[in-house]
Amino acid sequence: MLPITYYLGLSAILFTIGALGVLVRRNAIIIFMSVELMLNAANLVFVAYARYLNSMNGQIIVFFIMAVAAAEVAVGLALIVAIFHTKHSIDVDEISNLKG
Amino acid sequence: MTQQILLFLALAVVAIASALGMLLNRHAVYAALFLVINFGTVAVFYLLLGAPFIAMAQVTVYAGAIMVLFLFVIMLLGTEVIKNKPRQTWQRPVAFVLGAILVIEAGYLLLVQVGALPPGGQIEPAFGGPVMVGDLLFSKYLLPFEVTSVLLLVAMVGAIVLTRRKA
Repeated sequence: MLPITYYLGLSAILFTIGALGVLVRRNAIIIFMSVELMLNAANLVFVAYARYLNSMNGQIIVFFIMAVAAAEVAVGLALIVAIFHTKHSIDVDEISNLKG
Repeated sequence: MTQQILLFLALAVVAIASALGMLLNRHAVYAALFLVINFGTVAVFYLLLGAPFIAMAQVTVYAGAIMVLFLFVIMLLGTEVIKNKPRQTWQRPVAFVLGAILVIEAGYLLLVQVGALPPGGQIEPAFGGPVMVGDLLFSKYLLPFEVTSVLLLVAMVGAIVLTRRKA
């Protein structure tokens, strides 16, 4: 039985890679994919704790996180497509109409 | 125990390498495919952690539906490669420094763990199976379950409204 620290460490590394993706990349779709990676890292922690505490609640939370992530991806990608129709670019640096 | 550690390390290397591949790739299609590998590896982790239903849901929903949606949009918008320099040149080094601080901080917290870590004893064979998940979803978590269905309906309506052209 592995100590749970292994899973927590792996999840922390995946979460940091996702956060770096949001900060460093300028393609809106890649930023979105990094957000999904962060959500997955959190899911991994929930499932690990569900197993180590012998409780199903962690897995049920993961179920709901997956449903919410799916809904968020649908709406977010629709937003990106709508922005592309107007600006003809998915570079987030170009989306600066509200800049003061 | 050694066998478990080796298995975990092999899968962890694949997961981290595919995440880095997604992060560092210039082409959006390759990044999406790397992320599919990452989701598959995380599904295998779920199987190791006694969550077979969640593992299959991960493969079906994340790798099978969400990533396909991403690939549709990438194909639709053109797989352009954004080349010119960003507007704020100090942003990228600061982001890497902050990411390094985050990882060091997380590692420090894990190593100087003062609370009691869960023991992780035996679990029953049906743990994480569809019967147990369904049992909880329809008894204790009934309200979130119904609210999620409304949420999915709202997301569907929103996606359609957002992409409708002015007729």
